[in-house]
Parts: sequence; C-alpha cells; structure tokens
Amino acid sequence: MSLITTLARMEAAETGRAQPAATVRHRWLAERPMVFVPLTTAGEAGAPLGALVGTDRAHPLLLTVRQPRDRDLRFAFLGDLADAMLPHLESAQDDVETEQRGDEVTELCTDAPQLLVPNGPGVDFVRLLGRSTRFRRTAEEDPETPFPAPARLPLLGRWLTHYGERARVPGSALLLPMTELLVRHWATGQSQVEDQHLGALLGWLLPEGRTRREGPEARDGAGQLLLPPAGPATDPAFDNRLLAPAVERYDAGLPGAAERLDELIASQLRPTWDLMWQGLDLLRTLPAGGGVADRWRRDRFSYTHHRDRVRAGEPPQPRHDDAVTAAAKLASREQAQARLEAQEALDDPLAMAGRRLAGEAFAGEVVEVVPEWTEGGRPRPRPLVTVRTGDHPHLSERGKVHRALPEEYGGGKQSAEYVLDGPHREGLLTVRLLTGMGRGKEPAAGSVPEPGDRVCWTLFEHTPRGGPGLPDPEDTPWTHGGPPGGAADALPVAAVTAPPPDAETAEDFL
Amino acid sequence: MNALSTDPGTGPNADPGAGPGATRAPVRDPGEAAARATAAILRDTLHGTHRGVVVDSPPGAGKSTLVVRAARELAAAGHPLMVVAQTNAQVDDLVHRLAVADPELPVGRLHSSDPDPYDPVLDQHPSVRTSAKAGDLAGLDVVVSTAAKWAWVKAEERWSHAIIDEAYQMRSDALLAVAGLFERALFVGDPGQLDPFSQVGAEQWAGLSYDPSASAVTTLLGHNPELPQHRLPVSWRLPASAAPLVSAAFYPYTPFRSGTGEGDRTLSFGVPGDGSAVDAVIDEAAAAGWGLLELPARTTPRTDPEAVAAVARVVRRLLAREGAAGSARTGGGVDTTALTADRVAVGTAHRDQAAAVRAALADLGVRGVAVDTANRLQGREFDVTVVLHPLSGRPDATSFHLETGRLCVLASRHRHACVVVCRAGVPELLDAHPSAEPVRLGVTVKFPDGWEANHAVLAHLAAHRVPYVPS
Repeated sequence: MSLITTLARMEAAETGRAQPAATVRHRWLAERPMVFVPLTTAGEAGAPLGALVGTDRAHPLLLTVRQPRDRDLRFAFLGDLADAMLPHLESAQDDVETEQRGDEVTELCTDAPQLLVPNGPGVDFVRLLGRSTRFRRTAEEDPETPFPAPARLPLLGRWLTHYGERARVPGSALLLPMTELLVRHWATGQSQVEDQHLGALLGWLLPEGRTRREGPEARDGAGQLLLPPAGPATDPAFDNRLLAPAVERYDAGLPGAAERLDELIASQLRPTWDLMWQGLDLLRTLPAGGGVADRWRRDRFSYTHHRDRVRAGEPPQPRHDDAVTAAAKLASREQAQARLEAQEALDDPLAMAGRRLAGEAFAGEVVEVVPEWTEGGRPRPRPLVTVRTGDHPHLSERGKVHRALPEEYGGGKQSAEYVLDGPHREGLLTVRLLTGMGRGKEPAAGSVPEPGDRVCWTLFEHTPRGGPGLPDPEDTPWTHGGPPGGAADALPVAAVTAPPPDAETAEDFL
Repeated sequence: MNALSTDPGTGPNADPGAGPGATRAPVRDPGEAAARATAAILRDTLHGTHRGVVVDSPPGAGKSTLVVRAARELAAAGHPLMVVAQTNAQVDDLVHRLAVADPELPVGRLHSSDPDPYDPVLDQHPSVRTSAKAGDLAGLDVVVSTAAKWAWVKAEERWSHAIIDEAYQMRSDALLAVAGLFERALFVGDPGQLDPFSQVGAEQWAGLSYDPSASAVTTLLGHNPELPQHRLPVSWRLPASAAPLVSAAFYPYTPFRSGTGEGDRTLSFGVPGDGSAVDAVIDEAAAAGWGLLELPARTTPRTDPEAVAAVARVVRRLLAREGAAGSARTGGGVDTTALTADRVAVGTAHRDQAAAVRAALADLGVRGVAVDTANRLQGREFDVTVVLHPLSGRPDATSFHLETGRLCVLASRHRHACVVVCRAGVPELLDAHPSAEPVRLGVTVKFPDGWEANHAVLAHLAAHRVPYVPS
C-alpha cells in the first residue's frame, strides 16, 4: 500500500467517508455490462444455489437450484445460465474491424462483452463453473454419454474459463469484481478484509441516508443479517434456519415450497444486485483514464482470439497449462502489470503522487537549461536540465528517467539520465536529455523544457518492453520435462517422490 | 527436504541420522572436507552420465572458486562452455575471476546493448572479448552472460556444457528460455538465500513441477530427481562465531561449518570506546561476532528515523575507531587489514530504508559504505555488516518480512562481525503473527520457515544485546 493510500485511508477513518484514491477511472466500463451475482451451497464444492444475471438493472433473471444436491436440477440451472449468458458473451463476435500487422491483416472485434461480479470469490466461482462444465459432453458430441450436458453448456464453460483466465491479467476488464473496482478508486477507513464486503464498502461511499445505519454484521430479531453477504457463500444462519427447512419442505413435495425457496434465494441475491448497480453509478461519475482504451483494446484482442479458437473447432482449454504456456502467461502478465502501473501514474496525479513518495518519480519546476552537444562529426543535442523538487527519488548516477512530452509538441516520450557531477545542491536535480529532440543539431522546438516549466520525470519506463521469446511447446527442454504429452507431463512436484494414493474403498462411493 | 547430498564432504558436522554422510568417518580438516566435495563435483561434471549436477553451497563456501575451477577444467577438456549468471555484476565478477585465474583462457562477455553494459575493468584483460552479439563470441572456450541476455540468443549449435550460477535465485521460466542452448549443465547456488519472486500472482501454477515462478532447481529436480546433488560443506567466509548459528537457523538439515576456528578472526580498535551504547555494541560484536543494538519498542514507519540514525552512528563509529580486522594465516601468523569504508556494508529489507540510511550517512560525512537491500547484497562479502532488522518497529510480520532467505542473506555477509539494529518487542511480534500462508498441494514445504529462523536468530542475539535510548 502506498503512502498516499495510507493517508487517504486515515482521512477516511477520521471523517467516516471514503476518500478518493484516483482522479480518473482506471478500468474500462462497458455501456451494457452483464452483472452476475452467484450463490453457492455451503459444504458442497461447485454446487450453485442460485444466481441473478442480466444486463437490465430493473429486470434480473433469477435462476435457482431448489435441491442443490440434485444433479439434474444443477444441470438444468447451468443450462438456463448458458441460455442467459451466451447471447451476451457471443454478442460482439461479428462486429469486427481489420488491423494491419506487418503483412498480415487480422480481425479485431470492435467491442467485447463485459461481465461484472460482486467480489474476488465471485471471480473464483466463475472459474469454477468454467472448469466444471467445459469438459462435459453433450448428446450431440457423444450419443453414448450416460449423462449428457445441455447443448450449449460446454461452450459456456469455455467462455467462462477464458474470462476467468483473462481476469488474472492486471488491468484487464472482461471480468471484474465490483469490490476491487471500488477499492481501486476510493479508500475507506476499514480494513482490507472488510472492504471485500460489498455492502460495507458501499456504506462508506453512498450518500448518507441511502445506506443502512447499522454495520454489516447487524441482524434482525430472528437472527438474520439485515444485509446478506455478497456471496457466493451464504450466511450460516440463513442456511440453518431458513434454507434447510425450506429445502426439506420442497423434498417432501409440500405445495408452495418451490416458490418459497425461490423467494428465499432471491432475498439473499437482490440486495447485492442493487448494490452492484449503485457501484456502477459511482464508477461512471469518474472520467476514463487515458490508458484505459489501450488496455481495453488488448481485452478485445483476447476476446477475438478466443472467438477464433472456438470457431476453429479447437478443444477446450486444457486442465493445466503446459510449461511453455505457463511461462508465457506469467511473462505477459508481468508486462501488463508494469504497463498498468505506468499508465495509471501518467493518467492520474494521485497515482503519480504514490510513485513520487516511493522515490520512483519526481516533479518540479525547471530552473536552468544548459545546451550541450555530443562530440564527433554530427553533434547531437544533449542539454542539461536542472529541476527544483521536494521529492526524493532513488536515483543512482546515470540512472535513466523518462517523461511524457507535452501534447502541444505532439506527445511522445523523452528519456534522460541523472547527472551527479557538480556540487550537491539541496532540492535541485540535474538530468541530461538523451532522446525525443528530433534529428537535427538543434533540438526540435518544444522538446526541451524551459525555465519555469513544470516537468515530471519517472524512473520507470512508460511502455515496458516485452521479454525474449520462449521455445515452442514441442521444444520444451529436458529441464522442464520435455515436450508435453510425454510421461512427465504436468507432474505435481510431490508426485515424483510421493507414494501412490490409497486404494479406493466402498466408502468412496457412498 | 528430499535427497540429501551423498558426497563424502558432509561428514564433520552431520549429526547421526542427518544424512548418508553421517555414517562416514568424520573429516577433521575443513580444507580436506571441501577438497573432497569439490573433487566429487568435478568428477560428476566432467565424467558423469547425468545431464545435470546440482551443487548446494552455503554462504561463502567457495561457490565462485568452484565455478571458476569447473569452467577451466571443462575448457581444458575441450568442451565449449556457456556460463549463465543472474545479474550483470555477477557476470562481470565471474569473468574477472576467470581472467585472473587463467590469463590465457579465451573468455567471451556477452552483454546488452545498453550504455555501460559491463564493468570497464574487463577491458584490462587481453583474453576477454566483449560483444553484444553471440556470433562475435563463437568459438571462444567460455562465454559468460546473464540469463536475461542468453534468452535472446538463437544458437545454431548447442553448447555441450553450461554452468548455471545462482541457480536457486533463477526463476524456472528463465531456465526454460535458455535450457535449449546446452546439452548438460552444472547448477550451483545457495538454497538458503532469497527465492525468486513474481510481481503478479502465480498461485494457479503452484504445485506444478514447472511452476514458472519457482526456482530453476525446483523445476529441474522435479523432472529429474535422479540427478546427483552435492553440497559444499565448509563456509570460508563466516567466522567460527557465525557459522553454527547460520547453519542451525537456516540450514537445519544440511549443516556446514566454518573453515576458520575460534579466535582465528579478530576485530580490534585503535580508539577505545567512549562509553556510549553505540561503542558498547561495536565492542560486543568485535568480541563475540554479534551485537544487537536494541531501541525501545515502538511502532514506526518503515524508515524509522531513530533506527536509521542509530545504524548511521554505528557505521560512523566503526570507521572512526581505527578498526583492524585480523585473520589467522594457515601457516601461522596473522593478516591484518584496516577496517575501511569499502569493507563495511549496511543491509536493509526495503529500498526506501537503504535510501534513508544513505542519506543519514551522507549527513554524517561517511562515504564509500555499501548500503543496500538483502536482494542486492546477495553473493557479496564484507568484514563487518550493520543490519537494520526487517521486523524492527513493524506492527505486523508479513510473509515478505518473514522470508527466511531475507534474514539469511543479511546475517551471512560478514567475515568478522555483524551488528543488528532493532526495536525491542520483535519476539512478541513474531508470537502474535504465526505463519499463516496457505498450504498448497504439491508444493514442497521449505524448512525452516522464516518464523522459526527469526526466533532462532533473535534468541542468539539476545545474549549480545546492548540497550540504546536515542537522545
């Protein structure tokens, strides 16, 4: 947590109101996002209990599993979910623009569908749904399969897997948790664990009078939470006192039991649904940051690539990444992280303040410019620029610094190096400009700051470079188990030395 | 720990049952124990049948010497050799050592195309050729570069041998990028130092043998558990006062000992102490090898001004008191060197702490002392180190601050003495923050955990405690 965020949190704790942690919105928000609020059954991994899903704030679609242990009902639920979600997830597939990359012309979808869930565990649940459905076989694919899945369910699993995987890329926006979105833009005076509770989080943000005065842990006379948790886990008091008896009545086939169950599940989902849209309203009050469109373009590429893989009839994503894919993903995410941090800092003075306080950037007023040139046949400008600043960057001699050139000059970037020689003067830092001054002997007009100009130099690069290539998966070296498909494919470390698991017993099939 | 080393050099300190080496007759002379281990490593590297050999080296156990020797012997046997190190400083140091050890050996230094890509001292060696293109260095006996640079090399023909230095600090994905360049490799490193890390989450691959964020050695042994593993048994850097503590706290199952005996390393001062706590802790460290300057308990910002000032004062007094570091020579007699600024270092956990200490030293007029984070001090050696304890003044003990390797690096850089500056109350802080990291299936649990190692070090330091109230 940066010093500036700590300060904002302390101010929030003192005033009781959230404080801004950003001046612009750093994540893409679609005009028509799909909101998905799932609930899961306690004690039963991957058993959905219900969901509210939709793109219309006033008319969410309620889906429930009235007996979560009944797999037929579970698959009926998932089939309905596929019918509700796939039209949205596939809605942007056919609207494309073309892009020239070298000699190749590639297609790029002009938009991509966005999926919003309440919190981090909601993202995990999307991944879980993807994992548990993408390998299912439909009757069409395999007429012999004993329990065929609804027709479009495996396809939904592949889309959800793709969205869940993309959500791990820093700065991506195909699938976003609302709590993370809000925490990025506002600081509250509660702990980071408490911030995971969407209701508690919005209590700091919404105008007074629009939120409950009680804390998120407040319960009514019957012991039920006034504000149910944002899922996917449910409150144990709800499970024990309301849900379990209602499921029993449903199992007994009592009249009205099904409707009562739907009502109960909806009562747990609806408050979160409303909070999701209120959170969206808040986020939409912020203007989008400059780098947001660039990052969304990468999301659109990711969407287009997945569309192409599905259309090409490729099999679903494998259970585990192979060694090369895992390394490539990690490398691209690290690059995305560096790009995100740089773009956020350049888009937002509050983010830049955090970097300045961390010694990774400095801002100030130019007090002196000394023109100098390189020696040799074709001299190049290398002016010395001295800046007065109160910042304390962690600079070492000849350390590189970067800045964005002013818009009037046409934008672009400029690099310089820190110059240490000469007497140390408190609050003054001198850099030698190296690039971004055009091709001539005299620097291009506007490319060298003048005394009195405000400049902001960063120690980090604005567009981080990609790493070297990795071998093709079929060339995976012996140190990493050789090409995938061999015997040593994706072995857990322990599997090499660990004894085989216990033999299955009759109890395993209870 | 799986697969303890089976080389004969593990004898002396191995207690019964600690490993196969324990059954052998103990080797009394540390030099002989080390020589036996080295001979076994070179035998496997030059004549073994396995594609890889792994060597674990505790701090200051002669890893660089081993790498230089193995490189020369491989070159002498006519095997083209590529050497992979992790940082440019390590590469420059290795090339320099190779050129000094064998001025005739043709060595290539493959470097980046940035300005000042390598240490200019390399230009003084006529046998060293430097280039940013691998093609320019083709045919040289030994070519050395960083893993990051090697990853860009597209070679037509593979090198028959490679040496991977600091392999425990190399990430699995970095090895993946370069492993296609060589047939066989010697992996050398210190398992006790800082593990590699990733700026983004890599939990989804935890437990996979090729987890790209794991260390290169973890992946290598996960896929090739039959590879011979060796261990260097003697630390030549750590004095007799430090080796037992570092060995017990950070290498509980793979013990090592110091190459020097009790009293072989001395630290004395021409100027007597002035009675202050700062001088008292320096005298304690000079006599016992360890000193703990303890400030009153308090929760502070990371750059605790009082602790930073205390570190700076200790350094200033160390240099002002005309210190002399003495080392017993093997044949008798003592080598004495003046304790100058370049022989002293300050270690911290965070970069901003290092920056604060640098600023405080500059205010006191002290120059030339290396001040850096544990990550950057890895592999370096000094006569005396002053350490700002990673948990000093903290309200919590996060996994970053508890990382075993961080404390191990900070506590094992010195040849003579180590002064730790810390706020009181760290043992209580540790007790309030037991390790609560999630356990992941398939991930080998590393021992010792940082919590236990921290307690072990603090318990030892408590005997060398000097309370200090900043004025």
